[in-house]
Amino acid sequence: MTSSRSKASNKIIFVFLCLFTVAILYPLLFILNNSFKGKFFISSDPFALPSSETFVGLTNYANGLIKTGLIKAIGWSFFITIISVGLIIFFTSMTAYYITRVKSAYSSVLYYMFVFSMIVPFQMVMFTMTSLADKFHLRNPLGMCLLYLGFGAGLSVFMFAGFVKSIPLEIEEAAMIDGCNPLQTFFGVVFPILKPTAITVAILNAMWIWNDFLLPYLVIGVSTPYKTIPVVVQMLVGSNGNKDMGALMAMLVLSIIPIIIFYLTCQKYIIEGVVAGAVKG
Amino acid sequence: MEKTLKKYFLIFTLPTVIAFAFAFIIPFVQGVYLSFCKFTTVGNAKWVGLDNYKTAFSSGQGFTSALGFTAAFTLISVLTINLLAFAIALLLTRKVKGTNLFRTVFFMPNLIGGIVLGYTWQQMINAILYKYETTIVSNAQYGFWGLVVLMNWQMVGYMMIIYIAGLQNVPTDLIEAAKIDGASPWQTLIKVKIPMVMSSVTICMFLTLSNSFKLFDQNKALTNGAPMKKTQMLALNIYETFYGRTSYEGVGQAKAVIFFVIVAVIALTQLSFTRSKEVEQ
Repeated sequence: MTSSRSKASNKIIFVFLCLFTVAILYPLLFILNNSFKGKFFISSDPFALPSSETFVGLTNYANGLIKTGLIKAIGWSFFITIISVGLIIFFTSMTAYYITRVKSAYSSVLYYMFVFSMIVPFQMVMFTMTSLADKFHLRNPLGMCLLYLGFGAGLSVFMFAGFVKSIPLEIEEAAMIDGCNPLQTFFGVVFPILKPTAITVAILNAMWIWNDFLLPYLVIGVSTPYKTIPVVVQMLVGSNGNKDMGALMAMLVLSIIPIIIFYLTCQKYIIEGVVAGAVKG
Repeated sequence: MEKTLKKYFLIFTLPTVIAFAFAFIIPFVQGVYLSFCKFTTVGNAKWVGLDNYKTAFSSGQGFTSALGFTAAFTLISVLTINLLAFAIALLLTRKVKGTNLFRTVFFMPNLIGGIVLGYTWQQMINAILYKYETTIVSNAQYGFWGLVVLMNWQMVGYMMIIYIAGLQNVPTDLIEAAKIDGASPWQTLIKVKIPMVMSSVTICMFLTLSNSFKLFDQNKALTNGAPMKKTQMLALNIYETFYGRTSYEGVGQAKAVIFFVIVAVIALTQLSFTRSKEVEQ
């Protein structure tokens, strides 16, 4: 009897979960649906499927791409995200290794500053950081990557340091005795062991940098050719009073597609990485 | 070994430290100093003592009302997100078919950036309100609940993943033992499962609390504070003080310092409070 009851309750649960799935997917289907409608029809009946009268094919996509230059923005988003994540993995793992292995005042001051930086909200430094970036000519994609290395350092060093502590010293000592210098030891022996943490750190930082709005908006701004996706989307809405809703829908769809592809291809790593990041952070 | 590594401190730490100094250390120190100054650029600061802090709390600044809105929003969204996420995590650990697919779909919104999400939901909510001939910016209540729904939609999947990881770590013999002792499913949940996942609760409370309190992108995209700044959160209020009009930069910086102090205090109390309730496993 209990089994038939739990079967029945499992069915109810299944139905509930299906409803929740619809709730999650609906907003995305909503913009997809409306991205194919003429801009004057979107507000009149936003929930209807496109009809022969309202369907405009890819017109909204074409309009939106011309207005925003989103293709270029996707390119810059990729560029900035990949270079920044690369720099973060490479340099913060080295730093974390150094400050865990060398016990000195320098190491512990650095460590506590990195941890401290994690709780400071961006608004605290945004004005002064922007003017510093201006002074040192960092208002370009490579400058952005340097700033991301600095902002990402807190969490990344913290996570790498936590993992380095668990690596037995003997392995490194053996490598040193065999004549490796610290750089060879780190990249030949330690870094391969750090790989799972490196994947986690890479995913967390990639998600953050790809979606980040305020830093590129303030540092790179709207008048340069180096705008990233969130900046371009914000401009499309913010700049003109009578906004082209069709183009907006189409650009939202195009902004989400790369993320969904990325998610579906590396889903396992992303979920594991995010859990590991949350637990350690 | 430590000694040889110590000689390499420039190579191992300098790049990260330079980037960290540019992005965080220098701007932070400057930021604290400038909060006591009147200035329009970092170069022309004049010491004014606590004036900026006094102005920050004056009624025309909207800072206290933004604080109220932020606190109310944070409270509601932390509660709803965690309850919903925990409930779904319980359902998904009952071996219902399709569990993996549900998990994948529920987590997905977490990867989409705040700006893109904000506009997607703005379009959705306006489409619904259009039937009643109104929009999201016409009433602060719409903006408030819109933001709550948006945050739930985005974060429930993320928190659910962390709760699932926690629930899967509860030893099955503990649950079996509770059953044999005659505990009802409800008692098992309250007396066994929840105490055993307290570490997940800590993490999720921390993440939802800090994400909700520091929210910016979603707030900017969904309502941008409309109507009459009634749906303006703290981060957006600070942003507007800096960039919305000139000669209030000092006040903006003072608000940012206050914001930072509140965030730090919340983070530390919350962590120590829930940590004390965790069960040693």
